[in-house]
Amino acid sequence: MERSGIVGWGAYIPVYRIRASDIALQWGWEPSVPRGLGVEEKAVAGVDEDAVTIGVEAARNALRRAGVDPARVGAVFFGTESKPYAVKPSATIVAEALGITPDTMASDLEFACRAASEGMRAAFALVEAGHVEYGLAVGADTAQASPGDVLEFTAASGGAAFVVGPAGESAAVLEAVYTYVTDTPDFWRRGLSPYPAHGEGFTGEPAYFHHIESAVRGLLERTGLRPSDFDYAVFHQPNGKFPLRVGRRLGFPREKILPGLVTPRVGNTYNGSALLGLARVLDQAKPGQRVLVAPFGSGSGSDAYSFVVTDRVVERQGLAPTVDYYVERKRYVDYATYAKMRGLFIRTTY
Amino acid sequence: MKVYVAGVGMTRVGRLFDKGILDLAAEAAWKAIDEAGGVLPEAVVVGNMMSGSLQSQDNLGAYVAAGIGLRGRPAFKVEAACGSGGAAVYTGVSLVASGLVDSVLVVGVEKMTDFPTAVVTEALAQAADSEYELFYGATFVGLNALMMRYYMEKYGVSRDEMSAWPVLMHRNGAINPYAQVRREITVEDVARSQVVADPIRLLDSSPIGDGAAAVLLVSEEAAKTLPEKPSVAIAGAGMSVDTVEITNREGLDTIPAAREAAERALRAAGLSPRDLDVVEIHDAFTVNAVILLEELGLAPRGRAARLVAEGRFHPGDRPTANPSGGLKSRGHPVGATGVYQVAEVAMQLRGDFPGVRVEGAEKGLTLNMGGDGSTVAVHVLTRV
Repeated sequence: MERSGIVGWGAYIPVYRIRASDIALQWGWEPSVPRGLGVEEKAVAGVDEDAVTIGVEAARNALRRAGVDPARVGAVFFGTESKPYAVKPSATIVAEALGITPDTMASDLEFACRAASEGMRAAFALVEAGHVEYGLAVGADTAQASPGDVLEFTAASGGAAFVVGPAGESAAVLEAVYTYVTDTPDFWRRGLSPYPAHGEGFTGEPAYFHHIESAVRGLLERTGLRPSDFDYAVFHQPNGKFPLRVGRRLGFPREKILPGLVTPRVGNTYNGSALLGLARVLDQAKPGQRVLVAPFGSGSGSDAYSFVVTDRVVERQGLAPTVDYYVERKRYVDYATYAKMRGLFIRTTY
Repeated sequence: MKVYVAGVGMTRVGRLFDKGILDLAAEAAWKAIDEAGGVLPEAVVVGNMMSGSLQSQDNLGAYVAAGIGLRGRPAFKVEAACGSGGAAVYTGVSLVASGLVDSVLVVGVEKMTDFPTAVVTEALAQAADSEYELFYGATFVGLNALMMRYYMEKYGVSRDEMSAWPVLMHRNGAINPYAQVRREITVEDVARSQVVADPIRLLDSSPIGDGAAAVLLVSEEAAKTLPEKPSVAIAGAGMSVDTVEITNREGLDTIPAAREAAERALRAAGLSPRDLDVVEIHDAFTVNAVILLEELGLAPRGRAARLVAEGRFHPGDRPTANPSGGLKSRGHPVGATGVYQVAEVAMQLRGDFPGVRVEGAEKGLTLNMGGDGSTVAVHVLTRV
C-alpha cells in the first residue's frame, strides 16, 4: 500500500507557559502530583489565539516544507475538541487563510484527541483513490481544564499539520495503518458544558492502554512487523508517563519513545499530542528509518501508523521552524494571567 | 456457641470496571458454596453500604439473593456504613446460633468505581452525622483527621511513627493476590503523598475499590452432614454502637464501642486478647488502626503507633495484625470489608491463606467498624 505519504509537516506552539508548580501552589497540590504526571510546564494560548489560529500557523509551516501550491490541496480536515464554533467549520477558515479555497473539500472532525489523526487517514485514502492531489490534516487545540482538576496540569494549547500526497513526493511514506475503535466513554464534554468530565482511573486501562495496545498489535499482526523494526515509537501523550508505560508493554524501549515525547515540556496539546511528537521525529529522522505513530482519542479509539522516512526528509527539515524551536521559545505567565488568558474569569463591561 | 465456617469466597479487590454488584456477589457467593460442598444456604444476608446512594438500588437482599440464583429464601440487606459486612456476619451468626436456620450465606458487596471520587466521597460521608457534621461541611476524612491530629499531639507521636502502619500494610498486601494495592511503600512515600485532610495523607487512606466476599455459616447439625467437617468456627460475636456524632463520644482518641464489642466476643469465646494469633482490624485510615489496637487491649493507650514502628504486630509476632494488607492495601469495598476479614481469618486458621500466612494460627479476631467509631462488630474465630 505504498502510494501516499507525508509531503510536508509543520508545528505551532504558543509562546506562553505556566509552570506546573505554579498550578500546584494555587490549588494546594503536593509537588509529587505534577511530578507523577511527568509534566514541568504547559503551553497557554494567548488571548488572541485559538485552535484555528494555531492550526493556520502549523499548516503554513507544513505547506512551506511541502513546497506545494496551496491551490492544489483538495481536502482540508481539521481535528479539534476546542472548536471556536459549535456550528461553523474551522476547516474553511484555515483553507481560506492558506489560499486553498474554493476548489476543495473541507470539514471539521471530532473524536477527542484523535480527530486529526482520523482526518489524516482519510486524506491518505483520498490521495490514493485519486480523488485529490494533496490533502491537509490539521490537529490543533486550546484544551479546557476545569480549574483545580488534575487535568489542569496537562491541558495545553498547540497543534501540528500534515500535507499529504503521492508517495513519490513524500518525506515519509505511509506503509500501513490500523484503526481500533469501541464505544468507551472515558472522557467527554456535553454540549453546553465549559469543561470536560472524566472517569479518573477508567481513562487508563480500559481506554488509553487497551485501545493503543490493540491498534498497535493489530498493525503488527497485519504487517508482520515487530517493535525492533521501528526506530521511533510516538504515542498519544496525555502526560509524560503513559507513553513510556504503553511503549514498555508493547516492547518499545525508552530511547525510541523519548524523541517523540513533547508533553513534559509543553503539556498535552490534545489533537496536537501524538502529531507534535511525529513532527518532532520528522525534524530529526534519517532516510530509511521507520516510525510508529499511535494517536488515541477518548470515546475511544486509536490508530497505529507505520511510516518509512525517505531521502526527501533531509532537504525539508530546515524549511520551517522545528518543534524544538517552538518548545524553546517561551515566556512564563503566573496563574492569574493564565486564568485571564484562558477565560477562567472575564472582565465585565457595563 | 459454635457457628461453623463451611466455606469462604472472595473476589479480587480493585477497579473492576466490567463487574457490577451481581457479578461480584455471585463470584464470591458461589465460591463459598462450592467450598462447602455445594450446600445451599437457608438464608442470605447481604452487607452493603451505598447501593441506594450510588446504584439507586434498594431492596438489596432480594436483588442479590435472587440475582445470584438463590431466590425463595429469607434475604435482607444489613447496613452499618463501613461496618455493614461485620454487622451482616453478626446477623448471620445470630440466625444460625438462634436455631432459626441451619445455614446462612453472608455476602458483603460494594461497587464504588463507577463514579468520580467526589461523588463517592459524598456518599461515604453519610456514615457521619448528617445534621451536626455533614451539614457544617465536615467530610468523613476530615473527622478522622481530627482524631489523628488529636492522637499525635496528645501522645507525642510523629508523622513517621504513624507511617509505620501503612508501610506494614503495603508490605503484607503486596503478596496477597486478592489485594487492590500491591506496591510496597516507604515512610518517605507516606510523608510526601498528597494531603487529603491534614494530617491525613493519601497513603494513610484506604483506596476506593470494588469487591465482594462471602462466608457460608452452618450450625453444628448441618456441619455434621457436610462431606468434610469444617475446621473453623465463629466462637464469639460482639457488637456495640456509640453516637455517630464524634463530639458526643467519650473522646477523640478512644472508640469505646470497639472495646465493648471485643469484650463481648472474647467473653463468648472464653478468650483474652493475649490468646490471639491473628487479627484483621479496620484500618480505613491509619489513625483507626492505632486506636483500635489500643481498644483491643493489645497496646497501652497512646503507644500503638510506636509499637508498630518498633516491629510489633508484624508477621512473626503474636498477634499478627492484618496479614491481608488490611483496608489500606487489600482494599475497602466498604460494605464487603467485614466479610473479607472473616474470610481471611478463617483461611489463616485453615492454613490456606494465599498471602502472608500466620503459621499454626488457632485463634483469630476480626474487627469491622462503621463510621469513625459508631458501629463496631467483632468476631472471634477458632480452629475446632
